[in-house]
Amino acid sequence: MKPNHDPFNPCGSSDHFSRRTLLKSLGVAGMSWLTPLADLLAVEAEQTKKGLPARSVILLWMAGAPSQLDTFDPHPGSKISGGLGSIPTAIKGVNFAPAMEQTASVMQDVSLIRSMVSLEGDHERAFYNIKTGYRPNPTLVHPSIGAIICHELPDAKIEIPTHVSILPNQWPGRGGFFGAEYDAFQIGDPDQPVPDVRAPVAGSRLENRLEGLSVVENAFARGRRSDLDLKTLHQATMSKARRLMTSDQLKAFDVSQVPTAERKAYGDTPFGRGCLAAVRLIEAGVRCVEVTLDGWDTHANNLEGQAKQAAILDPAFATLIRELKQRGLLEHTIVVCGGEFGRTPTINVVGGRDHWPTGFSMLVAGGGFAGGRIVGETDPTGEKKDPANPVRVEDLHTTVQHLLGLDHTKEIMTPVGRPIALSEGKVISELES
Amino acid sequence: MKNFFAQKSFLEWLRNGLLLAAILTGSGLAIGRLWSPHMLPARAMTPSANESVEGISRVVTQLNEAFAEEWRKQGLQPAAPAPMLAVARRLSLALTGTVPSVQEIRSLEAQPEGEQLQWWISRLLPDRRYSDYFAERFARAFVGVEDGPFIVYRRRRLVDWMSDALSANRPYDQMVRDLIDAKGVWTTHPEVNFVTATVVPEKGPDKAKLAARVSRAFLGVRIDCVECHDGKLGSTWKQRDFHQLASFFGQTENSLGGVQDNPKLQYEYRFLKKKETETVPAVVPWDPELMPQDGAARERLAKWVTAPGNRPFARAIVNRVWALMFNKPLVTPVDSIPLEGPFPPALEILANDFTAHGSDLRRLIRVIATTQVFQLDSRPANPDPAATAETDAHWASFPMTRLRSDQVAGSVVQASSLTTLDAETHIIYRLKRLIDTGGFLKRYGDSGEDEFGSQSGTIPQRLLMMNGEVVQGHVQPNPVFNASARIATLAPDDASAVETAYLAVFSRRPTPEETAYFTGKLQGTADQRGEAMADLYWTLMNSTEFSWNH
Repeated sequence: MKPNHDPFNPCGSSDHFSRRTLLKSLGVAGMSWLTPLADLLAVEAEQTKKGLPARSVILLWMAGAPSQLDTFDPHPGSKISGGLGSIPTAIKGVNFAPAMEQTASVMQDVSLIRSMVSLEGDHERAFYNIKTGYRPNPTLVHPSIGAIICHELPDAKIEIPTHVSILPNQWPGRGGFFGAEYDAFQIGDPDQPVPDVRAPVAGSRLENRLEGLSVVENAFARGRRSDLDLKTLHQATMSKARRLMTSDQLKAFDVSQVPTAERKAYGDTPFGRGCLAAVRLIEAGVRCVEVTLDGWDTHANNLEGQAKQAAILDPAFATLIRELKQRGLLEHTIVVCGGEFGRTPTINVVGGRDHWPTGFSMLVAGGGFAGGRIVGETDPTGEKKDPANPVRVEDLHTTVQHLLGLDHTKEIMTPVGRPIALSEGKVISELES
Repeated sequence: MKNFFAQKSFLEWLRNGLLLAAILTGSGLAIGRLWSPHMLPARAMTPSANESVEGISRVVTQLNEAFAEEWRKQGLQPAAPAPMLAVARRLSLALTGTVPSVQEIRSLEAQPEGEQLQWWISRLLPDRRYSDYFAERFARAFVGVEDGPFIVYRRRRLVDWMSDALSANRPYDQMVRDLIDAKGVWTTHPEVNFVTATVVPEKGPDKAKLAARVSRAFLGVRIDCVECHDGKLGSTWKQRDFHQLASFFGQTENSLGGVQDNPKLQYEYRFLKKKETETVPAVVPWDPELMPQDGAARERLAKWVTAPGNRPFARAIVNRVWALMFNKPLVTPVDSIPLEGPFPPALEILANDFTAHGSDLRRLIRVIATTQVFQLDSRPANPDPAATAETDAHWASFPMTRLRSDQVAGSVVQASSLTTLDAETHIIYRLKRLIDTGGFLKRYGDSGEDEFGSQSGTIPQRLLMMNGEVVQGHVQPNPVFNASARIATLAPDDASAVETAYLAVFSRRPTPEETAYFTGKLQGTADQRGEAMADLYWTLMNSTEFSWNH
């Protein structure tokens, strides 16, 4: 480890490099023929882009996979509609399923991708894919989008975790090859206190315990390398944990003080409270908050199951967008909402829809995403599998990184000794504001 | 898909129920003076230490010489021998996932000097804690950590089957043959869960996944890197190599009758840039002469993988067991050993010995534990930070590694009890241990399949140790369950109270400075003695020393 390594800023380590820094270090930065054209164009785009890049992300994961037909991509009157009608939205000519009434009214600030395609049709693999932008690979674990942002855009002013997962299912955002310190900090229903941040004993006893700890640490350090804590980061991590315990910023997690009317606007469900907490955390400076709404996997009784989930999502999403906008946060906060894949156009014998990774819907808003636009189209008969103008999962990741001002082609040296780009998609330019 | 935060109230309820039951039955109150070295006879009779060490002295000498030669070449001074109890702690963590109990330390110290560590190895290897713990570690490499396909896959049964095999010290090559060539139903033939773990609904066993598992877990080679394209970055593997390996599972199917081979099936694949799907023959990626000509495909593969001449097989298990003993493999990553070398000398010596002695896992463990390297101090001869990289690279001191979450959880629970929590422990204690460690692992962060990755410490881990219920529950003054409370009540004086706490948590005695400091804290505490002991326990458990292997 380098002597100047700052344990509070693990990004200072030498485990990654960008192509540009590599070129610079080789002394060939001026030799533009070595730099791919795309890179040059990207730099130019960065320079000419108006406004500041996005600085944070809210990810609303609809776990289990929502049915696009019963939410954002209905085909009323067709044989695949399931008998469902539709309602108009703020985007002219674009209709939603009736359950998405509030969301329909904020679409002037939100864009919709109806043509998401993935190569993964299994929940676990697809979740990995949608969270990381990469397909599962046996040789390494990729970091999720939140971990990438925290790694690339560190912020020393924040005392609370900058990558937070609210109501995670079994696959919360992971640090992957960046290390477990980039894992999302997990909390449950924000109605409950944040776990483990309150010391079980009062002030003087805690001081007493910590004083004893220095005696023990000294004994252990004797005869060992002088930079022991730079290797173990034990005491450094402990200091960070204690900083968190006493931080005023912790209040951002506490939604109990929020006026009832504001809480109710989100639907007063665990997911709604999660969205409320997400807004407060973003306001406090957190980089990435993911909120999970589980229960969309309707292999039976699809109509009923989707309606139940939509009733939870609709007020929470619409209020989240409205609140972000009102607080002036939307312009630098990216919001992404969707599942790991979609559901089949055909309805099975028990009234369910099964897994459908081609042509599912995803909402995007804020942070440089335009509002009121729509990308892609699915076949109203359900016969054609591939949607028009398909958007791959990696394209969504690349676009989000691009809007955050990151160079998605930057290569990170992985522990297996293979450099890997932040993402491998292309920017969906028609969604940029 | 469940939200794990929902389970908390049930666990609390169960814990309270257990506490009440323990109080009502009066169990656990009977054990008193563990600070007296004379009170506790060894629980199990074990073979004499000299008897066990005789057969391995040649290979141990060979290993010691190989390392000494390397240190000479590198101009490195090896660390001094570690204190006996430090080595005992390593062994206990490696083989059972917890620190030793005070009871065990007392028994160990009662053995004749010089024979203590061999006695300790002989004590641990037949212990069910070893077979259960190693079975879980192997299972992570063989089938991963996920629950996998519903109904047709019973991970628990597979782990129990491996634990039984380890408990009987079945030769490792036989175990692996059974896994690769398993047939039957997942409930009555637990070994078939190796195959059914990969079942995809309506498609059957995933041939590619099976080939990847065989290649990584049993051969220490990552042929699966070429599943989708030919090797890159200097790799000479071709996409065809991988699919020819997968083809050995081409006839494997799973039905109500269980896993079986259907001779009518064939493995088909469309290679990159090819227009047509083709039938891929079953061909092994190296040394085809080691494979029998006759028999069903999987049977032939099983025999080839485990053939005594198939060196990667022995190397892979040696590297894995070494990693389990040191928390760090000889070759990193643990499942990627270059076929053509270069190999660390220790890998070759141990692989030869393993093959020559009938794939005997217990022998392998004993040999590793007996080498000089395993018994070196973790404090390097030269503590200058600039020199430590070389020292680490050549094993000239015992490597310091972060304990895995299961080891931390196991150690919190074990250190809070003065007696050993093992298969013979009262059911209430064992149940409590299971509940405690389960919840803890989720919050601390389980290491998953990659057990030897250099995992960094996290803020949630420190919060959990400082403020979490598990540590709090184990240090607070609770006379039924907690050692801290028992020591507070029963230790004859402050110095022995501090010493017992150190032995329970650190497996060592305090330094004079530590004794002076902490006895000072205990002095005159009278009715707050329980709290003072709880504070001491908390302090020890939140230290670097507790959460690292050293």
